Amino acid sequence: MTRRQVARDKWDSLKESRVPVIHIGTATCGTAAGALDVLESVRRTLSENRLEATLVQVGCIGPCYLEPLMDITMPGSPRVSYANVTPQMARSIIERYLIKGDPSLELAVGHFGSNGNGDFDGLPKFFEMPMLKPQVRVVLRNCGFIDPEDIDHYLANDGYVGLAGALEKRPEDVIAEVKEAGLRGRGGAGFPTYRKWEICRSVPGTTKYMICNCSEGDPGAFMNRSLIESDPHCVLEGLLIAAYAIGANHGYVYINADYALAIARLKKAASQMKEYGLLGENILDSAFGFDVTIKEGAGAFVCGEETALIGSIEGKRGMPRSRPPFPAIAGLRGEPTIINNVETLGALPNILRNGAAWYRQFGVQGNYGTKTFSLVGKVRRPGLIEVPLGIKLRQIIFEIGGGSQKRFKAVQTGGPSGGCLSEEYLDIPVEYESMTAAGSIMGSGGMIVMDEETCAVDLALYFLHFTQNESCGKCSPCRVGTHHMVDILEKIVRGQGQMDDLSKLQVLAETVARASLCGLGQTAPNPVLTTLRHFRSEYLQHVKEKYCPAAACKELVEYDIDPVKCNGCHRCVSVCPTAAITGAKSELHKIDIYLCIKCKACYEICRFDPLAADAIVFRSRRSVS
Amino acid sequence: MSDNTYNDIFSAFRGDEGDLIAILLRIQEKFGYISEDAVKHTAQFLRLSENQIYGVASFYSKFRFTEPGTTSIKVCMGTACHVHGGKFLADAVSWKLGVSIGQVTGDRRFDFQRVNCLGCCALAPVVKINDRVHARMMVTGLEEILSRRE
Repeated sequence: MTRRQVARDKWDSLKESRVPVIHIGTATCGTAAGALDVLESVRRTLSENRLEATLVQVGCIGPCYLEPLMDITMPGSPRVSYANVTPQMARSIIERYLIKGDPSLELAVGHFGSNGNGDFDGLPKFFEMPMLKPQVRVVLRNCGFIDPEDIDHYLANDGYVGLAGALEKRPEDVIAEVKEAGLRGRGGAGFPTYRKWEICRSVPGTTKYMICNCSEGDPGAFMNRSLIESDPHCVLEGLLIAAYAIGANHGYVYINADYALAIARLKKAASQMKEYGLLGENILDSAFGFDVTIKEGAGAFVCGEETALIGSIEGKRGMPRSRPPFPAIAGLRGEPTIINNVETLGALPNILRNGAAWYRQFGVQGNYGTKTFSLVGKVRRPGLIEVPLGIKLRQIIFEIGGGSQKRFKAVQTGGPSGGCLSEEYLDIPVEYESMTAAGSIMGSGGMIVMDEETCAVDLALYFLHFTQNESCGKCSPCRVGTHHMVDILEKIVRGQGQMDDLSKLQVLAETVARASLCGLGQTAPNPVLTTLRHFRSEYLQHVKEKYCPAAACKELVEYDIDPVKCNGCHRCVSVCPTAAITGAKSELHKIDIYLCIKCKACYEICRFDPLAADAIVFRSRRSVS
Repeated sequence: MSDNTYNDIFSAFRGDEGDLIAILLRIQEKFGYISEDAVKHTAQFLRLSENQIYGVASFYSKFRFTEPGTTSIKVCMGTACHVHGGKFLADAVSWKLGVSIGQVTGDRRFDFQRVNCLGCCALAPVVKINDRVHARMMVTGLEEILSRRE
């Protein structure tokens, strides 16, 4: 019997298990939400009640706002999903469902059964929920379903079929297939994957390197980490396919050292691959041999840039160098090297398994396939999503994300290298070209939604702070330019900006973009340039009226007490760290704005304490200079 | 620290320059920071100058060169946390403990760091205290946690 057959049998016996199967999502996001406490509670409940059940720890299925998620599959019934589970809830659901046969539907969010399944009247199918319905799962297809630490789960779900197919072809034909599929770099730049490969393949030499880029330094982006945590083999299979196509026998996964769980799962996956003959010499009885090293980065955003990443793997400071030569010709240790993003690699097994034509059914002309995004910020349903390219931004934010609670203001794509798009751009399709035309970029997949309480100037400053901090210091436009931009922006948010600061900022931003050595500096001004373009009036309000319409810039905000609402509950007085609030109990309180440090403690307590009366407000006042 | 502790760490490596970052990561895992002594030993092992080691180590934000405090407080400064008011949390820690980001309190009990992103953006704003991530944190809640530990 082949390994795949054994794996399939194992998978089938789990699917048709005679005992209940309990899935718990324990990727980083689930764990942060408390999944390990839930897991512990499940274990204890099972053992105390002497219940037999199979526990499977899975990765992230996407809707982070529902974490921790616990799913129960009773024999003969579809899998039912319970969201925002607490340890107490887990105990009660298990006792009710496993012992008394009551599926506790009022606590469930969806089931994974087929259509017309009458078992769970009124309960929607999980993938029919508004957040999931518009999504297409290609790269993330296994996430949340398989045990990421069990290679058999991957094999049973057609894992390494794509690699086997690739090894039967000539490398040139693999490249042709990827060209036909129209796959473009998912790291954000959108360079055709095949073209990079072709260059590397055509360079003479026997030593070539294939690198997977999981640097993922964008704050607010976690697509790559989540994919590796939930389905590491899919990325490694992609790495092998790419290595075969370009003629590399050694590869690296460059991954942020903070991604401890992802690193552990990669290492485990690699050792399983060795055991199964998927690494080493003569992989799957072919002439192709390959081995992989997991290289940890140590927290530098610039290391996402190809030449800086190579420097970091070589044990040096991760500073970019000028190109050409491009890494495809002279990269790691001077040898031809291809660096592909995690998601690009994650798409490859699917393309090779199902064919280019299948992949082209997703997306639109010139932008085929799917893209993952981490949809976060001021949105009702944050999470990891995968959508076909060409989808409208509006659909992502409002249909999938459920819109924002307060009035929607803007969306930032591409992280610190990207831009901020206002409401009028929501109907543009999510495609590399259209996003660039609007002034932003597709980026690697960070998508941060802002509402009326987010200040555009403050956000531009936030990103500039980040890039200035992360600038490696090699070229002066980036090192000095970002510093000056931060200085100007800080003046503006403090209400000390002058009108000529705006023109200075514009010129400086354009210069830094044009003169910097690498992508970090070239794109660092984007948040400033796009906010200056789409939210110019907000800059003008900060400069001319010393007014922050979002009431987010601390220096321009004052705290006050609404005398009609204040019931004198004294809660704010007790939390104020500077004794700025005074007033006897049951009498109107007062804030001394000269003592107030604007720490927001009183505002919070006034909103969330049941005794309090929402009387504390903070607002920006117009004061024309 | 005895030479043996370093040798235990070095034994997993061949001694190529490319091992430097991994070695420094292991040293920091073990001791909590990169001491002068650690730089010296690593330089000998890799046959590089101490300056080269320090040059690389100081480039990466992960490495620190001072002993950490007992309780680690990491305020997330990711974009999602920022738009949800993460800076108020950082200000609250500063105010409460009297230290700035990157500093340790005088009694060495608290260690205050910022992180670029903890990757649980849906739970924003978050603060990590030792190994526990506190989700949807508020200023008052954070002050309470710190008071309990004081």
